Amino acid sequence: MPEQLVFAMEVFLNGLMAGVLYALVALGFVLIYKASGIFNYAQGVMALFSAMTLVGIMEGQIPFSHLTNAIFGTSIHHFGWHLPAVLAILLTMVVMVVLAWFVQVVIFRHLVNQEPIILFMATIGLAYFMEGLGDLMWGSDIKKLDVGLPQGINIWIDETTYNIFDYGFFIDNLDIVATVIAAILVGVLVAFSQYTKQGRAMRAVADDHQAALSVGVSLSFIWVMVWSLAGFVALVAGIMWGAKSGVQFSLSLIALKALPVLMLGGFTSIPGAIVGGLIIGVGEKLFEFAIGPIIGGATENWFAYVLALIFLVFRPQGLFGDKIIERV
Amino acid sequence: MFYREAGDFSTTYQEDNQTFPIKFDRYRYYFVLFVAFAVIPFIINDYWANAVLLPFLIYAIAAIGLNILTGYCGQVSLGTGGFMAVGGYAIYKFMTAFPDVNVFFHVILSGLVTAFVGVLFGLPSLRIKGFYLAVATLAAQFFLGWLFNRVPWFYNYSASGQITAPERTVFSYPVTGANSEPWTVYLFCLVFLVILTLIARNLTRGALGRSWMAIRDMDIAAEIIGVNPLKAKLTAFAISSFFVGISGALYFAVYLGAAETEAFGITKSFNILFMIIIGGLGSIFGSFAGAAFLVLLPVVLKNVLVAWLGWPTDLAAHLEFLIVGGLIVTFLILEPHGLAQLWRVAKEKLRLWPFPY
Repeated sequence: MPEQLVFAMEVFLNGLMAGVLYALVALGFVLIYKASGIFNYAQGVMALFSAMTLVGIMEGQIPFSHLTNAIFGTSIHHFGWHLPAVLAILLTMVVMVVLAWFVQVVIFRHLVNQEPIILFMATIGLAYFMEGLGDLMWGSDIKKLDVGLPQGINIWIDETTYNIFDYGFFIDNLDIVATVIAAILVGVLVAFSQYTKQGRAMRAVADDHQAALSVGVSLSFIWVMVWSLAGFVALVAGIMWGAKSGVQFSLSLIALKALPVLMLGGFTSIPGAIVGGLIIGVGEKLFEFAIGPIIGGATENWFAYVLALIFLVFRPQGLFGDKIIERV
Repeated sequence: MFYREAGDFSTTYQEDNQTFPIKFDRYRYYFVLFVAFAVIPFIINDYWANAVLLPFLIYAIAAIGLNILTGYCGQVSLGTGGFMAVGGYAIYKFMTAFPDVNVFFHVILSGLVTAFVGVLFGLPSLRIKGFYLAVATLAAQFFLGWLFNRVPWFYNYSASGQITAPERTVFSYPVTGANSEPWTVYLFCLVFLVILTLIARNLTRGALGRSWMAIRDMDIAAEIIGVNPLKAKLTAFAISSFFVGISGALYFAVYLGAAETEAFGITKSFNILFMIIIGGLGSIFGSFAGAAFLVLLPVVLKNVLVAWLGWPTDLAAHLEFLIVGGLIVTFLILEPHGLAQLWRVAKEKLRLWPFPY
């Protein structure tokens, strides 16, 4: 087999793995968008915030310690304990639910019936707010997140491919774990929305707010629930990306990676988010591999956007999205 | 009481249609112009010019530009930083390629280049709307940033990848480069701001501005009554990008002096969007108010928290994020028309004071 083709296959596989992570972030967007019509720009910052909270709780950091130190001249930093990862994750989930409730009661209850673009801008404001809050609570230094996920090259794949192609593929264990977890997460979410009472109520709200309200579904409960779910998805994404490259500001930029995924897959479709994520992940890696060296490299920043933009001109609702019908 | 129009009669249509029909408003406007042109240049110093006045003037131009597109025509753009980069790199190329031409014309030319690029990236707006478009404009942001970073022709093959503004003069006073005085650069930017504001103000209340607002309020209905959406949207993109390009050109050549593409990143786009949300969507005065607010906020926070209370700088920066984000949400909930609407309400109250009605 020619060498180039083998390299391309490795790039393809790595692209698939990256695509799964994009899809994971995009999933959070789709959940909120379907249930409340809010396009939540803050999803990436939610991932950052949840990862910071997780690290902070695990390390026993005192929230706002930098702030209190600056105001009162104290020098407190840590409670002095180390919590096991599972307990810390549970506590972080509680924080995310409180955050979801806060977001719903303080912000979006007052913006019901506003135009989608106003809601979008409000979520940009929310993103800035949460970024400032996270940094004030836990400090802005780069943190290491270690919840015990396997990392490093997968030996088995390396050896197997070496035997077949005389060239070992480099595939990170973490990416494999992320793929498995993302698959489980999608399965759980689909099962939740299909077979549970709350899941059905969520789909009813997504279908028609007023009709759902009239048969006795509590809108505010569903919205808090949806924001909490998006918070969980953000937490999972935050753990994956945080374990990969440390918990730092750039983590919030994964939202920017997920946007073209959504445009490609359609804002309203969970399968769309997955397929879109895979297409973008593979596409940008292959493009960088094949064309990148010719035109100067680092094309990953914009390739996804330009692809989505060109695609949108021909199919404005994305691959799997509901058809956009305009009424006067 | 403070402020009334009794005895202020307009006898011609021209008088009735002017920008400030009330005499008091008009005199206040002349007074502001007088202070800006004849008082501030004499008392300006380096700190005020660099920390407050220059950023204010430059961001005000960008905010007016984005307000034309977003506030008047309803097309949300997150690519402002990218278009500012086009302005900045265009003026760099013009300044180095045609050193004999006055820098004033370079600024205008780079605005025209940006207008052309803006129309290119505005083309998808004919097919896609709302936040689909907002996300699509991010393509402009990332693609342009990458382009200027990776194609050496744009930064004249300099080793550092940086662009540096050479010294250029207007009436033999240097306005760019290291030898420029605070008052010359201030006046240079002010002249652009005043001219562009006049243009924007008159465009937005003319036929073109009305067609933009029709598209913003309901594009399908506007189409049915005969507004050409192609023309309205693309002119909005062109004129908005022209303004943003000029602001980017001034930002690089006059304010920064040396820049890389990071100076025109996505935070810039969001900052300018925040200016028009806080200041007021669809209002020229709002662009000024928002720009002033977001320029002053970090300066005030830095002075109060860091210099006065002795906090570390990074805490003040985080608090700024918190405050800006909170304010955006608060304004969207409580006063979607921003500071401009508060100002309008205050004026209305002052006209009637001391009576409630």
